[in-house]
Amino acid sequence: MKKFVALAFGAAVGISATAASAATLDDVKSRGELHCGVTTGLPGFSAPNDKGQWAGLDVDLCRALSAVIFGDANKVKYFPLSAKDRFPALQSGEIDVLSRNTTWTSSRDSSLGLNFASPNYFDGQGFLVRKDLNVSSAKELDGASVCTQTGTTTELNMADYFRSNNMKYEPVAFESNDAVVQAYDAGRCEVLTSDASQLYSLRLKLANSEDHVVLPEIISKEPLAPAVRHGDDQWFDLVKWTLYGMINAEELGVTQANLEEMKKSDNPDVKRLLGVDGNFGEQLGVSNDWVVRIVTAVGNYGESFERNVGTGSPLKIERGLNKLWTQGGLQYAMPVR
Amino acid sequence: MIDTAIPNQVFVRSQLVETLPAPKSEVGPLAWARANLFSGPINSLLTIIGFGLLAYILFALLDFLVLRAVWTGENREACLGPEVGACWPFIKAKFGQLVYGFYPVDERWRPNLVFLLGAILIVPLMVRTAPFKLANAVLFFVVYPVVAFFLLQGDVLGLPLVSTRIWGGILVTLVVAVVGIVASLPLGIVLALGRRSQLPIIRFASIAFIEFWRGVPLITVLFFATYMLPLFLPRGLEFNGLLRALVGVSLFAAAYMAEVVRGGLQAIPRGQYEGAMAVGLGYWRMMFLIILPQALKLVIPGIVNTFIGLFKDTTLVLIVSILDLLGQLRAAFADPNWATPVTEFTGYAFAGFFYFFFCYGMSRYSRYVERRLNTGHKR
Repeated sequence: MKKFVALAFGAAVGISATAASAATLDDVKSRGELHCGVTTGLPGFSAPNDKGQWAGLDVDLCRALSAVIFGDANKVKYFPLSAKDRFPALQSGEIDVLSRNTTWTSSRDSSLGLNFASPNYFDGQGFLVRKDLNVSSAKELDGASVCTQTGTTTELNMADYFRSNNMKYEPVAFESNDAVVQAYDAGRCEVLTSDASQLYSLRLKLANSEDHVVLPEIISKEPLAPAVRHGDDQWFDLVKWTLYGMINAEELGVTQANLEEMKKSDNPDVKRLLGVDGNFGEQLGVSNDWVVRIVTAVGNYGESFERNVGTGSPLKIERGLNKLWTQGGLQYAMPVR
Repeated sequence: MIDTAIPNQVFVRSQLVETLPAPKSEVGPLAWARANLFSGPINSLLTIIGFGLLAYILFALLDFLVLRAVWTGENREACLGPEVGACWPFIKAKFGQLVYGFYPVDERWRPNLVFLLGAILIVPLMVRTAPFKLANAVLFFVVYPVVAFFLLQGDVLGLPLVSTRIWGGILVTLVVAVVGIVASLPLGIVLALGRRSQLPIIRFASIAFIEFWRGVPLITVLFFATYMLPLFLPRGLEFNGLLRALVGVSLFAAAYMAEVVRGGLQAIPRGQYEGAMAVGLGYWRMMFLIILPQALKLVIPGIVNTFIGLFKDTTLVLIVSILDLLGQLRAAFADPNWATPVTEFTGYAFAGFFYFFFCYGMSRYSRYVERRLNTGHKR
């Protein structure tokens, strides 16, 4: 009986969900453009370049999605959103996908009514130090003075970390991030702590950015993931698999340069990924060459990473946790099968 | 008989003595300085400190903005270095975005034309001696907004559509400020008259409106208009985002304007009302011919104060993700190709010049209007 009730309830919810959900994919297609929520400016993740085009790791996801749907990466309208208005913008239907360095948390996933695709960047709190301090690990920071922002979780994470490692430290806290950078640059503290992605962009604002290094330890979990609304599973799948497509392409060695050769590959995984075998694209509601379109538009995940935030950009962020699982990182995409 | 013949002597001068020049210690720049700057030990000390500070700040600004500044370059490499001042190539590279936002490059002649038309129409409106005031005013306040809107938005006469979503920079700052200023004054006057009306419904409606809009912060108004309103409206009925912000800003400014104008109305003596009624004028003619011209003149400083405040408040549209000048600037800061220690200072200096130019301009013009309209009530 319980089972029956659960089943009936599930069916009812299923029906109502289908009824309530306007098919986002159809909306996007009939509109002729994707509405993508990005930041109002975050180095390497989403920022307008000199030509006035949006660029960055988060932007690439929208471009890839647009390429999958339209075969053209430029059919995206970007909605620069502040931290306050990003969720209302998604909930009110103004944007189709939120690709705006948003941390995936349980409360956002549940009570805010969001579905997170998969992390496109594993962020977390790290430490920035001067190279001449000759420190190679955060474990050696006993007794250091640390600059941080007041009233943030950063401060608490740091306290926990130093306590659990039996180390002493001297906190030097400031109201704004800019004040933190200036204090650090002026030598008021030896260490600067913040989210790692932020440390790299703050480093560019230092007088001699080459003289500073981000330590390898990451002491908190900030998985940044693109999000969609509850209630449209097909759309959720498409966003999720667009990201998985990028990661799978890297794992199988498909790059912008070797895409044409790879289409002729005998590797069954590659054949399935590039739509030579099977109809996995059609199952997602798009054409079978969806990954080919992604790679043509933005490259695989690694290429996008290096171009926007890695060695190809002034930020020079280490792959770190964002390496593929096969190389000791956390980026793991479900197989196309 | 005593000879008392008065000798032909003059005791009173028949001409004025030639006036001597005032002593050197009383006129001239030296005397002025002594009277105003060095009239005592404390004042002298304050003067020296004040001038010292001024010189220090001016020199520091000049040093950073001109002497040590970088003038050419392609990316952040140009502006790196220990002794580098303002990074002007950053402004040069981002100038298009700072002025037009994401407005397509090929279509930028349209905002340019709008700016030009605005300047052509507003200058003669502000110069007293220029002819055709009425025609000019109608053109500027009625025809120009319509023309400007269709020119900027497009989608008519073969102009491609440029959605307001991608307008930005100085264009948006000016659109929001000008619409807010032009809409809030008449609306404010109506509300002020309403609040002093004898008709209870009109009075209470005006009071409720004014107190409501003054009681909520502008950020809340903008946020509500942009994100909460669509949740209440039927699906598909969608207002333009910029329009929603414009309505919010205008109504908000109108509430403040109403209170400024009411201050002026209350300063007009009862006799003016009674006099107007005695010569047989009705309510509207009394207001428009007798009361308002005097009341508005009294509150010019208050009105311009509200305008300047509104002009600077326009930056709050950033909160609803409309990128005005400051928003575009912050987006430009995020470009890693230009991230240097001096980029932000340079950007804010540029924005500072822009806002100062407009706010100071408004302030000076209001002083001029005040002097011109001064008909002897100067207190």
